[in-house]
Amino acid sequence: MRKILILFAHPLPHKSRVNSALVQAVKKMSGVTFHDLYEEYPDFFIDIKREQDLLLQHDLIIWQHPFYWYSAPAILKEWFDLVLEHGFAYGRTGEALKGKFSMSVITTGGSKDTYDYKGHNHYPITQFLLPYKQASTLCQMTYIPPMVFHGTHLMSERDLDIAKMDYIKLISLLRDGKQPLKEIKNNMFANEYLND
Amino acid sequence: MHLDTIFFDMMVYLLAAVVSVPIAKKIGLGSVLGYLIAGIVIGPFALGLVGAEDADVMHFAEFGVVIMLFLIGLELHPSMLWRMKRLIFGLGGLQIGVTAGIIVLISSLFWLNFAQAITTGLILALSSTAIVLQTLSEKGLLQTRAGRHGFSVLLMQDIAVVPIFAILALLANQVATSTVADTTVLTNEGWKNLLLIMLAVGIIVIGGRYVAHYLFKYIADTGLRELFTATALLMVIGVAIGMDAVGLSPALGTFLAGVVLANSEYRYELENNLEPSKGLLLGLFFISVGASINFNLFLDHVGLIIGLLVLLICIKFIVLFVLGRIFKLSTSQNLLFTFSLSQAGEFGFVLVAFASQNAIYDEFTSGILLIVIALSMLITPLLFIVNERFILPRISHKEAKELQQDSIVDEGNPVIMAGFGRFGMVLGRFLNANGINTTIIDINPHNIEYLKKFGYKIYYGDITQADMLKAAGALKAKVLVIVMGDRQQIDKLIDVAVKHFPHLKLVVRAVDVAHGLELANKKIESFRQETFDSAVALGSDALRSLGMSNYRVHRAATTFRHLDRKFMDNLRQRYGMNDPHFIMETRKFSEHIENILLLQQKHPYNEMDCAWDTDSMITEEKENQE
Repeated sequence: MRKILILFAHPLPHKSRVNSALVQAVKKMSGVTFHDLYEEYPDFFIDIKREQDLLLQHDLIIWQHPFYWYSAPAILKEWFDLVLEHGFAYGRTGEALKGKFSMSVITTGGSKDTYDYKGHNHYPITQFLLPYKQASTLCQMTYIPPMVFHGTHLMSERDLDIAKMDYIKLISLLRDGKQPLKEIKNNMFANEYLND
Repeated sequence: MHLDTIFFDMMVYLLAAVVSVPIAKKIGLGSVLGYLIAGIVIGPFALGLVGAEDADVMHFAEFGVVIMLFLIGLELHPSMLWRMKRLIFGLGGLQIGVTAGIIVLISSLFWLNFAQAITTGLILALSSTAIVLQTLSEKGLLQTRAGRHGFSVLLMQDIAVVPIFAILALLANQVATSTVADTTVLTNEGWKNLLLIMLAVGIIVIGGRYVAHYLFKYIADTGLRELFTATALLMVIGVAIGMDAVGLSPALGTFLAGVVLANSEYRYELENNLEPSKGLLLGLFFISVGASINFNLFLDHVGLIIGLLVLLICIKFIVLFVLGRIFKLSTSQNLLFTFSLSQAGEFGFVLVAFASQNAIYDEFTSGILLIVIALSMLITPLLFIVNERFILPRISHKEAKELQQDSIVDEGNPVIMAGFGRFGMVLGRFLNANGINTTIIDINPHNIEYLKKFGYKIYYGDITQADMLKAAGALKAKVLVIVMGDRQQIDKLIDVAVKHFPHLKLVVRAVDVAHGLELANKKIESFRQETFDSAVALGSDALRSLGMSNYRVHRAATTFRHLDRKFMDNLRQRYGMNDPHFIMETRKFSEHIENILLLQQKHPYNEMDCAWDTDSMITEEKENQE
């Protein structure tokens, strides 16, 4: 059983419908540690030691957040800057994360077709997530393709229920599957990025 | 007088004070009553340790009253005084006029001749500045509405002492010659007097405003503290003598000097230097009042004296209460006002002596009057206690009930806030800005009147009473914010809230580190040390003014806050409050922080913010090149 750490970043959880629902769906699952960065560090004073210990204790890191300006809310960048230290996460002696998995779980207000060379966001979402992929590579982690929930602004209750089920399914697969990357690819999801 | 008798007297006075005042305070009688009782005990009618020279002592000690008025003047800016003019002349004037009128009427109906009646009326209309102000400030009530009203009346009475002396002199002339005095001489004298008075006042105002500054600076530059005290005393005595010479009350003159200096930058220095002398002299004054009571005469005419005493207090009481109503004091405030001013004053001793020297009074009348005045002063602290213990609680219960009806209207406020002073005001504004409805209770009526004008829903009452807390809506509220200034009040309210309303979440102001630890031991989750955050913020400003960059300072402050919190948690898990290790650890703590700051200065963000620091990467790249 793989241990999963969900690093959640949303500055206004009381305004978030979809992210809150997704969080509620998975936070109590066994093997999952839910960690709300804005709640833990309202003043951005991230406890680096504690965060590094959390990383060491888990096998798979999920960065879950709404998509702000083609990236994450500010605290997650702060987290990258401070926690993934030279000598810990990368560099000649930085091998603490070697062999772990990482992944982004993202919500966007706009629909999927806007994230396309022809859409008004011009690029597919995987392009925007390249920094996360490369950061993982630099830290010798395997970056699993993202799970993206599009169109949250207008998401129906029914679609939200489906999204929650998908997320739960994803987490159980990542937790219990022998080879997460392969198994996700072999399972048909509503979320096609996983099949890329 | 031999030196050893002086020493002996000093010892007796000081010993009496040191023994009796703490006891009186401990059993809730207040220091004034303690001094008075001490005086009675050492006086000629109990132990007889002091006696004959007592009148001198009293005269000397009256100087305490003079200093006190100077200090009060320092607290009052001229503009504030101007705003109080309606109270001073209106309320004060009416109090003197009406009270004197009634007493004149009654005493002339019974046994005194016309001159005696007028003299008695004027003398007994005055109240005791010393007792009232000392007691009110000791109880922290000087800033209340009742306190301000009382103060205004006392000030007017001090002003009135001047014309009263003049009237007494006039009456004395009539008594002596039984003819109308030569009016032309009198008016000439009057004009000359008026001119002198204006001259003296002018000297005080101009001297205080333009000269005193240079004098104080000159003295302060010597760096000798005692010299400053000496100068301050010299100035007060000088003003007192000057005023006396032109026939004004010394207390009034020094008060004026105080007001003139209220804007001076040496104000606090003056206050600090004169405060101890004032306290000691006032104590001495009260002791000598106690010692001066002639118990032989009292025992011989016990019925008459007590009758007069009751009559006097009743008259003053009724006049004050009615006037308080007219001048819009709430019932509880009016009672405080009425009870505090219902005695005769220390000027009475002087005026009675003056009147009997001028043959207005015979020896018997003056003796009786002196006892009545002294006893009325003795009884004042007792009246305060009666008011506080027996009358006010009932009134507050009534006011609490009114409050209950109020809060049924805006029921369901999630937050109750206890205390709305400097601290609570900021907190209240913050809650208000976030749209949180708050019921605010404060014990200081002055705050309340003031803030009501700004639309705050704020009530007067003692919230440490479970009834009051319930009336404020404690059953429905979720959070009780406790931000009173007084630690004992805070602790008392916590106990009451925990006992009667365990569902309330408590958010508490801790007055210092030790209090914070105690609160933690009481399992209070939310408490903050009141000065901590502003101190860190100001410290950040200091770092910034040293040229450190804004963000670096911000991080340093945040680090400091977090480490402090962590350390405190650590500390209280390990130790109870009374553990001697606690003090040692506290010391270690400040060393610890010192080290951290030192480290930070040498290596910014060492440990905390390493990842922003590219030093290790640069080193590694250099090594790779080699």
